[in-house]
Amino acid sequence: MDNQMNLMLDSILLVIPFITGGIAYLIAVFISIRKGRKWPLWRTVLGLAGFLTVGIAVAGPIAEKAHMDFTFHMLSHLLLGMLGPLLIALSAPMTLILRALPVSAARRLTSLLRSTYAGFVTNPIVASILNIGGLWLLYATDLFSLMHESLLLYVIIHAHVFLAGYLFTISLIYIDPTPHRYSFVYRVSVFIVALAGHGILSKYIYGFPPDGVSTSEAQTGGMLMYYGGDLIDLLLIFVLCLHWYRATRPNTVPQQAFN
Amino acid sequence: MANNLGHMKGNNRYNHLSKNLWSGFLFGLGLAAFVDEMVFHQLLHWHHFYDKSSLAIGLLSDGFFHAFSWFATIGGLFIVADLKRRDAFWVSRWWGGVLLGAGIFQLYDGTIQHKLMRIHQIRYEVDILPYDLVWNITAIIMIVIGAILLRKTGKKAIRGVNLPNG
Repeated sequence: MDNQMNLMLDSILLVIPFITGGIAYLIAVFISIRKGRKWPLWRTVLGLAGFLTVGIAVAGPIAEKAHMDFTFHMLSHLLLGMLGPLLIALSAPMTLILRALPVSAARRLTSLLRSTYAGFVTNPIVASILNIGGLWLLYATDLFSLMHESLLLYVIIHAHVFLAGYLFTISLIYIDPTPHRYSFVYRVSVFIVALAGHGILSKYIYGFPPDGVSTSEAQTGGMLMYYGGDLIDLLLIFVLCLHWYRATRPNTVPQQAFN
Repeated sequence: MANNLGHMKGNNRYNHLSKNLWSGFLFGLGLAAFVDEMVFHQLLHWHHFYDKSSLAIGLLSDGFFHAFSWFATIGGLFIVADLKRRDAFWVSRWWGGVLLGAGIFQLYDGTIQHKLMRIHQIRYEVDILPYDLVWNITAIIMIVIGAILLRKTGKKAIRGVNLPNG
């Protein structure tokens, strides 16, 4: 009974910020339109899909099964830490908020984005360590079994998975205003290391299941992490390459005839 | 004269020799890794996802190549698009790069990764020698054909550049 209550409570605690986020996004779209600036429908769809994705990762049938079954746990983490953050990042929430806010508040937010702190956490290396390092800590230590015994730990870890996943995404692809920018080569290099860290961890889980996880569940979970992660990373890589392609567009007609 | 040249395909290719090579090389490497995954892991189930006899360095190497190969595939194709919009795509040189990249990856996978690092074998419960031989000889053939193509196109480029109005 007590356990059941805990399950309910952690879902509620985690899902409320995401519901709030989705509603805030819609309100901001509404304000932006009222101010006379259109907001693309596809971005709105991506944003809502993103909040829905992270929502079903922490509350509902998948989240409930995730407590018992490691494969569902991994599915929920793919949604919470990778797919959801990517969809939200592609929906350009910061651009939307800056449009919707009054000028003075928007300025304060911009200066926050320019701060050293924001620069630090959106550095690709820092964001990768927070994201992939956090996952290693979770699955390669006792943290995973401890998490299922403590409500507080459970909520903190899931919030971390989402936030670190989001930071990781926006440290690699620049959809929103990004004051602290890094070159493509820098971002790609860091991304490859992070991706390798993710893939290696998947195989590590497959070979050495976390405490309390059966071998067969660790095997399907590890493979889901590996291939599911690949699928979402392919989207990220595609967007990153597309940005490179656009940024290096030759701006004049090449003077080929004179070579 | 100048106008005629402007309508020719791949007119700028002599200015982007290494970009043609590297774009092909990256794509070839990614393609070989993709075929390895699709055919040998997923369709035939010969390769194993994880083999208990893997060395730690093998997992590390495998992880890095796997991560890099996705970038190489997609990035390589974007560079093709870039070459095309610059009217600089050279298909035979690009194929030279593809074969070289695929061959080098397959040789590395077949010797260092499978044998030295023991990440997994080509197939289990069979006499592995013929498999290893076919695997690595195919890799060497790809490398040789790739190198020949690159040499030929490289020479052609030197001749082409030396001709007036190339």
